[in-house]
Amino acid sequence: MGMNLTLKVWRQKGPEDTGRMVTYRVEDVSPDMSFLEMLDVLNERLILEGDDPVAFDHDCREGICGMCGMVINGVAHGEQVATTTCQLHMRHFEDNAVITIEPWRAAPFPVVKDLVVDRSAFDRIIQAGGFVSVPAGSAPDAHSVPVKKVDADAAFDAATCIGCGACVAACPNGSASLFTAAKITHLSLLPQGQPERDSRAKAMVEQMDAEGFGGCTNTGECTAVCPKGIPLDTIAQMNRDYLKASK
Amino acid sequence: MTATIERGSATARVNPPAGAAAKTTKSGRPGGLLGSSNGKKAVMAVTGAILVLFLIVHMAGNLKSFFGAESFNAYAEFLRTTGEPILPRRVVLTVLEVVLVAAVGLHMWSAVSLARRARKARPVKYAAKRKSQAGGYAVHTMRYGGVIIALFVIWHLLDMTFGAVNPAGRDSTPYERLVQGFDPSRWWVTVFYVVAVIMVGLHLRHGLWSAFQTLGLAGGRSYRPLKGIAAAISVVLVLGFLTVPVAVMVGAIK
Repeated sequence: MGMNLTLKVWRQKGPEDTGRMVTYRVEDVSPDMSFLEMLDVLNERLILEGDDPVAFDHDCREGICGMCGMVINGVAHGEQVATTTCQLHMRHFEDNAVITIEPWRAAPFPVVKDLVVDRSAFDRIIQAGGFVSVPAGSAPDAHSVPVKKVDADAAFDAATCIGCGACVAACPNGSASLFTAAKITHLSLLPQGQPERDSRAKAMVEQMDAEGFGGCTNTGECTAVCPKGIPLDTIAQMNRDYLKASK
Repeated sequence: MTATIERGSATARVNPPAGAAAKTTKSGRPGGLLGSSNGKKAVMAVTGAILVLFLIVHMAGNLKSFFGAESFNAYAEFLRTTGEPILPRRVVLTVLEVVLVAAVGLHMWSAVSLARRARKARPVKYAAKRKSQAGGYAVHTMRYGGVIIALFVIWHLLDMTFGAVNPAGRDSTPYERLVQGFDPSRWWVTVFYVVAVIMVGLHLRHGLWSAFQTLGLAGGRSYRPLKGIAAAISVVLVLGFLTVPVAVMVGAIK
């Protein structure tokens, strides 16, 4: 007993194409399939029919790589909380449902094809300061630099950001604040991140602006859709570090 | 052997994305604090805080009207004479007025600038109606609510401060302008006032805790109390501001 679904999918041949929504019928979908497997079923049929399959990003399909992501019925990664698209299962949808599928929408994330967007803006934000400069060599002893448990936990929480871009897609301002803040917070809470703490905050915020992302208005939409539940206080941390560095 | 790392040497500026030159000032430096989205938000937070303090004093002053014309007019006179005799009449008030006008101007400048940036950041809208996952009504009223408040402030100054559109005219006492301004025959003025005051309440419901967040003063366990305080101050201000015109309408203040 499979599910029958109607999909409204954004189809765009390339960056220059204007794109449009196309309606597809997908039949006999297992409720145990992931959302991406359901799209695989559609694509197999499209290929057999000689059509172009729907392009979408995916890699690990375990919810940890950050490659997948699409706006499902107006919600980034779908309505299931703290879940990437690849971990979203069809049992959360009703039989005969109409599902709208769109790519992340933001000027700094141009559509490459269909549901695939170019997220290299995130790479450039990381390049601007999302690292620590350490003398290379063999790995130091784990206890050679003491880190308080609370700091280690908070830094780790921030470091779980997989850079999928759902925060940008969900933000009414198209802001990359949650992503940038997670990366800044992750390093600024650890001793290893201190030497470059000020320059990092400035460089990453400036790069975020240069990419054309919007500003934060504290709507909290980003945290709500974040598959890793990155908390809003990372943005407060970013603001604190940035303002301190700009003095 | 340890390598020495010059502070900040590794965090050089990265090339801007193709086709989008990084914003630089005339001197060629990057936009600086006020050019950045975070800097503009900080300006919005600080100027907003000044305006909230003003609103609290303004509301308390309004409630003087319940103690009669003399009390209310004396308070208005106090605002002009305060600082005397060290300072000439109206110097303190004028300084405060300049600060408030500057705060309103900067608040609006940062808001417009950020709204334009946000619009440019999403040129293609979603086909599906975007469902708010975070909830909250107040946050979605900030931009249009701010416009309503700005228009109201212009009317309110012409009405109550300058008396230009007030039936009591220019040469009247503040109490006369208050009572005649909210006369039941001018019910539409009162409606505009009520709408604007509710918008102020919604604006502060989100804006108050948001200012702390923007200045990096919020975090972890402070969100619940901050949002609670924001809601409480908003409710107190709305009720405080609404009691006066209601009292005039029902004849309790005349």
